[in-house]
Amino acid sequence: MAFKPLANLRSATGIATPKLAVWWLLVSEIVIFGGVLASYLMHRLAHPEFGMYAAHTNTIAGAVNTFVLLTSSLTAVLAHQAAETGDGKKAARYLVFTIIGALMFLTIKGFEWNYEISHGYTISANAFWAFYYTAAGIHAGHVIAGAIVMAFVAWDAAQGKELHRVELAGIYWHFVDLVWIFLFPLLYIAK
Amino acid sequence: MSVAHDHDHGHDDAHGGHHHHEPTFMERYIIPTDHKYIAQQYLWTGMFMALFGGFYAYLFRMQMAFPDMWIPFFGRLSAMEYNAAITQHGSVMIFWVAMPVLIAAFGNFLIPLMIGADDMVFPRLNRLSYQLFLLSAIILIASWFVPNGAFGGAWTAYPPLSGDGNYSLTPMGSSMWLVAVAVEFAAFLVGGINFIVTAMNARAPGMRWNDVPMIVWMICIASLLFMASVGPLIAGAVMLFFDQNLGTNFFDPRRGGDPILWQHLFWFFGHPEVYVVLLPATGMVAEIVPVFARKKLFAYDSVLYTAIGTGVLSFFVWAHHQFVAGIDPRMANVFTITTVLISIPIAEMIFLYIATLYGGSIRFTTPMLWALGVVFSFLIGGVTGIYRGASGADMYFHDTYFVVAHFHFTFFPIAFIGTFAGFTYWFPKMFGRMMNDTLGKVHFWGTMISFHGIFLPLFATGLGGDHRRIYNYNHFADLATPDLQMLRIISTVSLLILIAFQFVFIYNTFKSLFWGPIAGTNPWKATTLEWTTPENPPSHGNWPPNAMPSVYRGAYEYSVPGRDEDYWPQNVPNKAG
Repeated sequence: MAFKPLANLRSATGIATPKLAVWWLLVSEIVIFGGVLASYLMHRLAHPEFGMYAAHTNTIAGAVNTFVLLTSSLTAVLAHQAAETGDGKKAARYLVFTIIGALMFLTIKGFEWNYEISHGYTISANAFWAFYYTAAGIHAGHVIAGAIVMAFVAWDAAQGKELHRVELAGIYWHFVDLVWIFLFPLLYIAK
Repeated sequence: MSVAHDHDHGHDDAHGGHHHHEPTFMERYIIPTDHKYIAQQYLWTGMFMALFGGFYAYLFRMQMAFPDMWIPFFGRLSAMEYNAAITQHGSVMIFWVAMPVLIAAFGNFLIPLMIGADDMVFPRLNRLSYQLFLLSAIILIASWFVPNGAFGGAWTAYPPLSGDGNYSLTPMGSSMWLVAVAVEFAAFLVGGINFIVTAMNARAPGMRWNDVPMIVWMICIASLLFMASVGPLIAGAVMLFFDQNLGTNFFDPRRGGDPILWQHLFWFFGHPEVYVVLLPATGMVAEIVPVFARKKLFAYDSVLYTAIGTGVLSFFVWAHHQFVAGIDPRMANVFTITTVLISIPIAEMIFLYIATLYGGSIRFTTPMLWALGVVFSFLIGGVTGIYRGASGADMYFHDTYFVVAHFHFTFFPIAFIGTFAGFTYWFPKMFGRMMNDTLGKVHFWGTMISFHGIFLPLFATGLGGDHRRIYNYNHFADLATPDLQMLRIISTVSLLILIAFQFVFIYNTFKSLFWGPIAGTNPWKATTLEWTTPENPPSHGNWPPNAMPSVYRGAYEYSVPGRDEDYWPQNVPNKAG
């Protein structure tokens, strides 16, 4: 039984309630990643030798992953566009592309980590690798969460239900993308 | 569980148009989505946890007054157990008592009722928030019974002590404590988003921002502060957890980590957290004082601005906890200035509450006494904070009982006096019955006097040099201060008296719950919307779907000239006036 209180349908601010909630969710997420990145930057500035360790990360793999995530954000936008016109099936199709992007991202990351760990660069090797795995790991957790959410949204959208959620999933996905845009240069490029 | 306004689905409802089907026991008490029952879940869970927090306080106060003696109901307290007791006391009281009761319980109960909505905007998310919170409480309690015992590294969990099982000697206890705290944060993030969105979007027609009752503002500002400050600590908790269990070295200086980094992450959250729990308590004062002074809240806008000002400033004071941690003295100067600055908006807020009293027809009911008690006792906590905010003086006060007395004069008025104010004031709306006023006053005076009896002596022992982390002063000839022993005993005896008086409260609560006189829907003759529900306590949906309230004026229209009654409810149209 669908259960929506009247409160859910009101909009004193003029912004739809679910969208408002997603934005606040992102605010709390920004502070979480802000904490990780600020801690990393403080360490990084105090330890010039981080650059030496960072040289062992695979910049090509990171760049490919950046491209994969950005492309998946594009399909998320196209899904939103389709949902706006009421085409749930098309929106679901685009969301599936986004999910495939998420899976590709995770697979590439898996190969990277596997390679690095097998060469002795484990999470306990030193402070750089600890940050490397922690920051990217928290981000990967968000990628997984986003993929799961999009799977549910796509399932509903394919049946023409809850189309407004396509945009919400997209907003979240852009945020996940944006975090990676910060992580990539900090962990891979700054040597 | 359908609501009429959702017309599309209303017709599918098996109850066919019954908008108020009676919830089953399961729906009501075990997995409710009704904000009022979730509020009760938070309230009772928080108050239940307070029993544990109180028991831990009893243990270590007995140890301080009567070192190494056999403690009734426990036995001898070992040094490890002492450390665990102070740690768990602090964690429980802040995270599992003050937060759930002040923010979650009252926020859940009051926000929809006071803004004229039928529920939170996301009822199931609300339920999830409580379930996460309950899970965190269970993890915490379980951590007290694992091998090697509960975590004993203080609620601040400073590494390296907390980061390595070889140092803390409680490898399992520390990790479980950390997980419990992190899960609890997630619960309040979910709850906080719900609060803020509800207050932003679900207000009754006609309710402008300055018609919103002050406590709704306060709880929302508190939720915002929490949301904006807890992130780094969540990140820090993950890092500390990895330090404990994966062998990383974020915080252990022996392996290139930085323990001060944790202090920054912790206090960046830890200091706003004080205001996270303070603001709802001051919000309660703002609700209760006008009702029992029969006078408009003095300078509504200024109260709001002082709250926002406090909230903003609270992000720039955290390092005053670290003056002795070896931070740059120039940085200490900056934080001294911001710390002293933050006393300005709070002092102004207290003046505004006193100005509300001025010229009012004051009735000293139990809730009013508690509300005034918050102002009185918190003032002592606030003023002693200024000494500590000055980095020069703080070098000497640091880690003495002066600090302990100071922050208990802030937290106790917030978490207990404030809660009692809110609880006794909204009890008739929550449960439909009145509490006994005489027993309430006995409880008030007994609690207030014994509370001051606990902590005023500790200011003196702290100034006398008592270090707060010593298990038994007799073991350290340099630190032993036998001439202060009498003060420690006074403090402990006061605690025993305070605990004894809580039985008056428990008795009064249960007696009133079942046998108290039936309260009308508006026993205090108050103006805010929660008192306008047709049923008492309000049923599911709060108001009938076709009679949701609209708002015509501010929240504090008392003693308006030219009206027969001395209160003018927010939902009464002007022409009916």
